[in-house]
Amino acid sequence: MTAPAPSLLVEDLAFAYPDGHQALFGVDLRVERGERVALLGPNGAGKTTLVLHLNGILRGGRGSVAVAGLPVDQRNLQEVRRRVGIVFQDPDDQLFMPTVGEDVAFGPRNLGLPEPEVRARVAAALAQVGMGGAADRPPHHLSFGQRRRVAVATVLSMHPEILVLDEPSSNLDPAGRRELAEVLESLPVTVLMVTHDLPYALQLCPRSVVLDGGVVVADGPTRELLADPVLLARHRLELPYGFDPRTVP
Amino acid sequence: MTAVHGGVLGAAYLAASSPVHRLAPHLKLVAVLGFALVVVATPVDAAWSWAAYGGYLALVLLAAAAAGVGPARLARGLAIEVPFVLFALLLPFVAQGPRVEVAGIAVSESGLVAAGGLLAKATLSVLAAVVLAATTEPRALVQGLERLRLPSLLVQILMFMVRYADVVGGELGRMRVARESRGFQGRHLGALKVLGPAAGSLFVRSYERGERVHLAMLSRGYTGRMPGGPATAVPAQDWLTALTLPLGAAAVLASGLLLG
Ligand SMILES: Nc1ncnc2c1ncn2[C@@H]1O[C@H](COP(=O)(O)OP(=O)(O)OP(=O)(O)O)[C@@H](O)[C@H]1O
Ligand SMILES: [Mg+2]
Repeated sequence: MTAPAPSLLVEDLAFAYPDGHQALFGVDLRVERGERVALLGPNGAGKTTLVLHLNGILRGGRGSVAVAGLPVDQRNLQEVRRRVGIVFQDPDDQLFMPTVGEDVAFGPRNLGLPEPEVRARVAAALAQVGMGGAADRPPHHLSFGQRRRVAVATVLSMHPEILVLDEPSSNLDPAGRRELAEVLESLPVTVLMVTHDLPYALQLCPRSVVLDGGVVVADGPTRELLADPVLLARHRLELPYGFDPRTVP
Repeated sequence: MTAVHGGVLGAAYLAASSPVHRLAPHLKLVAVLGFALVVVATPVDAAWSWAAYGGYLALVLLAAAAAGVGPARLARGLAIEVPFVLFALLLPFVAQGPRVEVAGIAVSESGLVAAGGLLAKATLSVLAAVVLAATTEPRALVQGLERLRLPSLLVQILMFMVRYADVVGGELGRMRVARESRGFQGRHLGALKVLGPAAGSLFVRSYERGERVHLAMLSRGYTGRMPGGPATAVPAQDWLTALTLPLGAAAVLASGLLLG
């Protein structure tokens, strides 16, 4: 018997933008099913570029990406986009439909699911993020934290294999940040979380990967990486004032 | 800095639950369009024209009353008509033909009739549109257009306009606050040097947001067509209610043509 394919397998991925700027120089990353992994790195490291490769928005460089064993290429694009749920940084980019419910239904309807199934998924996804009563509200009436959680629901409704979040805690107030953490911890899916919020990474992700200059420069238990001041300094990562990863429970 | 409830576009909407509010949006769209067509088709120079226009006015005021839209709200809606009014006021002076005396000034008779007709038609159609806008949320209007089989691309454009009017409006507001916080006052001609680039940068920001929204849509399996939701059937009774307005107007027109 072979082991199940990892949720995400990235091999030797390199990519240059059309203007010639090379953002990735051979990235290798393997995320097992059910893992929660933080992707750390300074501004311009290539994190967002890597994320956009995971569901084939960006393609055409060297190397390969596979999601639960399915290679990301032109033929599999629809299925890959179902399996990889990307939550973008600005919920106003993600929530484009007139109401929350229709937005959460957008993905399942693109999958061609029958209407009762769509409705059931919308209700379940909104409940998972604690926004059960908001289906009929327009997104611009929600608080920022609520919009971020609805954005998570819009991809949960597609039953993704892996949830990818680009800076989920940015612009959230402390309560919103904690509420989102509770939601993420309760989800039974693989998570890859891009973040500059190192305590958040420690709280949610047992494992972290550091990307800098378009390559993976460190990969290990989050607590160990954050307790290595030399590594952090070399890659422009900084802990908040007074935060000591060794004494956090 | 936040916009009123419902945002920039929602300002025309009057939250309530009158029978007119409860009608499906596409019915109301058909009703207003039908009404406007009848109004426009009514001749202005027949002997019975003014009776017909009086009848239309009564109909649209009845609809407004049923919708709970007050006179003040209707009057504010008519403000959009001001350019037409100015144009109409010119007509009696510039048009050719026999002259009549009005308050001691010789004006063109045909111009006077044309101006009166233009004003009456515009006012009636705008009144009907104000009732529509006051009883239908912008997003419901867009859904109505979709039900009426407007090309999907147009519907999508309108939908995004409704969704992002507030976001772009907010961006505009923040840029203005940022300018003025640094002592900028846009009251003289030199201000154009600042406002021009500001408009450009708003365009770039909106364009880039458009690209990000598109990425987010692709990521959830968008292939160029909006996936349709369920279309609930509309009871015949609702059609009848909605069509009271255009059918009533058509009856007025028909009796004018037959009897007049
Ligand atoms: N559309 C583009 N065209 C050209 N170069 C780009 C484009 N987008 C990003 N880059 C460049 O690619 C590199 C990686 O950018 P990327 O957005 O992936 O970084 P990031 O790790 O997500 O940074 P941040 O933490 O600021 O979000 C940067 O040097 C950036 O300038
Ligand atoms: Mg980024």
